[in-house]
Amino acid sequence: MSWFSQTLTSSIGKKLLMALTGLFLISFLVIHATINAMIFYNDGGETFSHWGHFMGTNPIIRTLEIGLVAGFLIHIIDGLMLWKSNRDARPVKYAVNNAAANSTWYSRSMGLLGTLLLIFLVIHTSHFWIPNRSNQFATGEELNLYQMMLETFQNPVVVLIYVLGCVSLFWHLLHGFKSAFQSLGLNHVKYNGAISFVGTAFSIIVPILFALMPISIYLGWVK
Amino acid sequence: MEGNMRLSLKVWRQSNTDAAGGFEDYKLDNVSPDMSFLEMFDVLNEQLIEEGKEPVAFDHDCREGICGMCSMYINGRPHGPLRGVTTCQLHMRSFKDGDTIVVEPWRAQAFPVIKDLVVDRDAFDRVISAGGFVSVNTGNAQDANSLPIAKEAADDAFAAAACIGCGACVAACKNASAMLFVSAKISQLALLPQGQAERSIRAEKMVAQMDAEGFGACTNTGACSAECPKEISLENIARMNREYIGAKFSSSAV
Repeated sequence: MSWFSQTLTSSIGKKLLMALTGLFLISFLVIHATINAMIFYNDGGETFSHWGHFMGTNPIIRTLEIGLVAGFLIHIIDGLMLWKSNRDARPVKYAVNNAAANSTWYSRSMGLLGTLLLIFLVIHTSHFWIPNRSNQFATGEELNLYQMMLETFQNPVVVLIYVLGCVSLFWHLLHGFKSAFQSLGLNHVKYNGAISFVGTAFSIIVPILFALMPISIYLGWVK
Repeated sequence: MEGNMRLSLKVWRQSNTDAAGGFEDYKLDNVSPDMSFLEMFDVLNEQLIEEGKEPVAFDHDCREGICGMCSMYINGRPHGPLRGVTTCQLHMRSFKDGDTIVVEPWRAQAFPVIKDLVVDRDAFDRVISAGGFVSVNTGNAQDANSLPIAKEAADDAFAAAACIGCGACVAACKNASAMLFVSAKISQLALLPQGQAERSIRAEKMVAQMDAEGFGACTNTGACSAECPKEISLENIARMNREYIGAKFSSSAV
């Protein structure tokens, strides 16, 4: 094995990949949340569709989208590989384990939270991204995503699934954001406070912003 | 005696590595709150010997918290309920009259049970042998002050060197990861001038050995540091990540 693949398949290398792809996906969340928040202009989707069209057709964005799909795949596959090797590292479990005394439940549940997010991701992309891109591929025309949102979020079960997805995202980010910096070796007394503050704020603000979208449409605040 | 406690124990018994183990229940009627946890086990073992039964095998040596031999997963936590102490320094006053105490060995693929509560921690020794040392020519010791070392570096190296290699970090970690141990051993040398010559190859080899032993990866839950009897800091794991990634991408070892 070359030194490069040896590095990336080592325990620390796998965590390096998780951290880099995790932070990349966090940067995607910033863009995704910002553009989708344009629906709150409540202008019949005009501003939202303007930026949605830009994101869906700009060649640079479309190229970066390939990186985004790769980022998701690496994060998911690497996460599953880590889950497997970490489970194998303790074949016999403790009869009594008081893990709550030394760590938070969500830091110990990143695999579970990630799996919930993966299920959500499949549902979410099958609502919007996959039909839109397939239509672009087939006809070259974009679908009216704003209209699709208004229709999709009339179903209370769908709204509930989206809110639960945001709850999973909150807990996943609350540990993942700070954990990524530690995995990259960025643990320094001068910056730890800022990383912790930004991480917590980000984990709260972004999922709430996302959750407000289906809720606002369902309740008719956004039309 | 007045103030002594009655305790119920559930202790893991396993005759050898390959045998199936299980819990045995024991009762102790006269436990002094001033006994250490290991002394309580001594009392139990005397009782078992008098009854003609096999005493419980457990690791212990210095009984003053510095050798790293004692282990025991007590009521779901390595070294029991207190922070910053080893099992030998845990006293029965940390428990209440009538308590049931569950005692298990460390659980990890890399730490097979030898007998009862004794696990094989040779994996740690092999990680050290892979690079946790400084190669020097023997001869007279240098003058203590001939190498200037910054106070902070000396303090951090000393704090990392406080690791006694007991394995509580592995026991506490949900992934049975040895990162706190290995990072302490890498850090104590990486911070000092004497460790510079072999700095990158040390990080590469010790991490490779750690992985080969079957320890898990790090999820940064912080359980290891919270349970460490020497309170080794998580900063060491971040340092090891820097050392390892830096070494891998810049060393001449292809």
